[in-house]
Amino acid sequence: MEFLAGFAHGFEVALTPLNLGLAVFGAFAGTLVGALPGLGPANGVAILVPLAFTLGLPPESALILLAAVYYGAMYGGRISSIMLNIPGDEPAVMTLLEGNPMARQGKAGAALAISAVSSFIGATLATIGLSFLAPLLVKFAILFGPAEYFILFVLAFSLIGTLTGKNVAKTFIASVLGLMLATIGLDPATNVPRYTFGQMKLFEGLDPIIAIVGLFAISEVLVFLETSRAGGQVKFKVERTYATFKELWFCTGAMLRGSVIGFICGVLPGAGASLGSFASYTLEKRYSDRGTFGKGDERGLAAPEAGNNSAAGGALVPMLALGVPGSGTTAVLLALLISLNITPGPLLFTERPEVAWGLIASLYMANIVLLVLNLPLVNIFVRLLTVPTYILMPTVTLICFLGVYAISHSVFDIFMMVGVGVFGYLLRKVHIPLVPVILGVLLGHHMEVNLRRALSLSSGDWGILFGSNLAITLWVLVFLSLTLPFLIRAIRRRPGGGKGEV
Amino acid sequence: MKKTMGSLAAIAGVFAIAGSAHAFSPENVECIAPANPGGGWDFTCRSVGKILYDLKLVPEPVKVTNMPGGGGGVAFGYVVGKRNDDANLLVAASTATTSRLATNQFAGLTADQVRWVASLGADFGVIAVSKDAPYKNLGDLMAAVKADPDKIAFGGGSAVGGWDHLKILIVAKAAGITDARSVKYVSFNSGGKALTQLLGNHVQAVTGDVSEIKGQLAAGNVRALAVLSPERLSTDPDIPTAREQGFDAIGANWRGFYLPKDVSDDVHQSWGKIMAKLYESEDWKKAMEANGLAPFYNGGAQFDDFVRQNIADIEQLSKDVGLLK
Repeated sequence: MEFLAGFAHGFEVALTPLNLGLAVFGAFAGTLVGALPGLGPANGVAILVPLAFTLGLPPESALILLAAVYYGAMYGGRISSIMLNIPGDEPAVMTLLEGNPMARQGKAGAALAISAVSSFIGATLATIGLSFLAPLLVKFAILFGPAEYFILFVLAFSLIGTLTGKNVAKTFIASVLGLMLATIGLDPATNVPRYTFGQMKLFEGLDPIIAIVGLFAISEVLVFLETSRAGGQVKFKVERTYATFKELWFCTGAMLRGSVIGFICGVLPGAGASLGSFASYTLEKRYSDRGTFGKGDERGLAAPEAGNNSAAGGALVPMLALGVPGSGTTAVLLALLISLNITPGPLLFTERPEVAWGLIASLYMANIVLLVLNLPLVNIFVRLLTVPTYILMPTVTLICFLGVYAISHSVFDIFMMVGVGVFGYLLRKVHIPLVPVILGVLLGHHMEVNLRRALSLSSGDWGILFGSNLAITLWVLVFLSLTLPFLIRAIRRRPGGGKGEV
Repeated sequence: MKKTMGSLAAIAGVFAIAGSAHAFSPENVECIAPANPGGGWDFTCRSVGKILYDLKLVPEPVKVTNMPGGGGGVAFGYVVGKRNDDANLLVAASTATTSRLATNQFAGLTADQVRWVASLGADFGVIAVSKDAPYKNLGDLMAAVKADPDKIAFGGGSAVGGWDHLKILIVAKAAGITDARSVKYVSFNSGGKALTQLLGNHVQAVTGDVSEIKGQLAAGNVRALAVLSPERLSTDPDIPTAREQGFDAIGANWRGFYLPKDVSDDVHQSWGKIMAKLYESEDWKKAMEANGLAPFYNGGAQFDDFVRQNIADIEQLSKDVGLLK
């Protein structure tokens, strides 16, 4: 009963005209920020913090504005992935694998609509999970020590082979390159600089945003320069700007699976949305692929989109219930809470119910606003494809330069981005896939740091990696993930086995 | 008549002096937070920036620039190299800045290459364990460390050799542990993450700041064994100090600002006065209380001396425990 009262009170807060207006504005601004390559949710929220202060908003209104920006940016990241083959932010990397092939087949409108609906489903399920399960989930999250996190990332890497079917060796080369790039920076246990050439900019490692924008956007521009000189530039056509009910129904399973996986990854501080969308995609591919993935399968688009939005909601669980940010964006939200004189943590729901429940209610609202906003906007976004490439490509380049400079105000970062871009171009020339490289960069650092922590906790005893039931369970999952595909393939080959759709 | 003229002249003189002291008035002030959004420096810039504008101490809202990298070293190098005479530039700093300067982690840059303005508060260090831990006071915990240092892992938010690490070394030194490198310290990305690891019993203790553990402390999930302040904090009077338990250990993470080196003395003094006004304001007192900051003001030349002493102390400590040669 107390719970329902809190909930009702939350909606009362969220539905005032001011807060509703802020949610609409935040959702729109967030979508834009998310769509721009380089700028992600953390930047969007950080940019708007001063606005919340200047307007003198009460705490719950400020939070509603920023939460709408946060969710909006998670929606927006998919747009440039699908339309331009350039991820708008980290978690949108997996979206391009199926989204961009769909756009090339003239189904850009459908892809945008499906991904908007998937985002809605993922974010809504996560918000429901947040409302009902937060205290339970926290108990689960604290079971993860460094050893368990390390095995979780091993599990993620055991799935990487799923990514590209054609040439397994090149996929592995790509992931190893990514892992090597992830070793740049200060050694996490001893603070000794590695591969930094005395540059303090590199002490904290290769910034994932710079790696993404360079690898995808800059190399895309370089490839474009080459192909347009050669005279060949295929124009995409756009068949329609909506998704059929049949398409959506086809993806329902993928959305639900993606949401659950993404949510779990989001709840664990230090796993996050990138792992969420990656795990959602690879597991969906394992589950549903009958040779259609990589060629524009709608389910492969729906799963990671549901996954990354759901992870965004999941990351709010440790922030609200533990006062620990699960991601860069929640770190900014947390700082805002603190500067508004609110102590996040186990007592937040009892001490400041209007803030906690107001935020949760506003997440439901922001989500509905985003869906309503995004479906008609598909019409406008698809026009991106009608922009002549000689205008589009320089604009993209400009935005990348601006975006990267805006984050750190550093020319060095721009040179880094161009350098990584040339590297990405060379990789493309020899047909080494870029997604595993970026996953190596994104996940490799976490994997290493947690292994080093685990070993320093155990004074160097590797037994800590098998020291808890959770650790052993995770190892079993790693084993299954490595062996199941072979077993399933063997079963399918038998007559009568594997009927196609499940 | 003469007398009146004289006193008028005296008044005019006073105004003239006051006027010259205020010859510099800040405009379009920028505050660099040398880290990503969400951390302590980001908070310092944003909350101080907001109050400066609210109190009309600056004419426009303060622009906050996040410049992450090298634990503050990138911003330090940038100010020294590119903005060395910008009078409208504030840079957030804390003990994390001085401890890196002391251990030469800014690629040869030194504290003399900027001008220190003021510290506006301090977050005192705290040693905490989970509520089920057998250690009831700091003595219990340090006795356990002495008996078998392998059994007690301290978690903290800063890197090895960073401020959270130094805090436990200060306590260890006060407890008479000679081989400080035997004290096990594991670095997590943030104090919050270290605290989660404590709740999951993956580490046995954390060396955080008071503000970081407030939420869990109020919920009764952690036990604060000692605060590293000279006296008990007025905001959390239940936490005993290390000193009253017989360990002479003080660890204050001050928060403040530096200016570029080549600004005039006038600018330096004006900023000092502005910061002093801010420090006296009700708004800042509220912000300090909300964030678990204890009063800790140092301004002008006195702050300069403080920073130098702070760096010398940390350097000595790092040498004593073998982190620095």
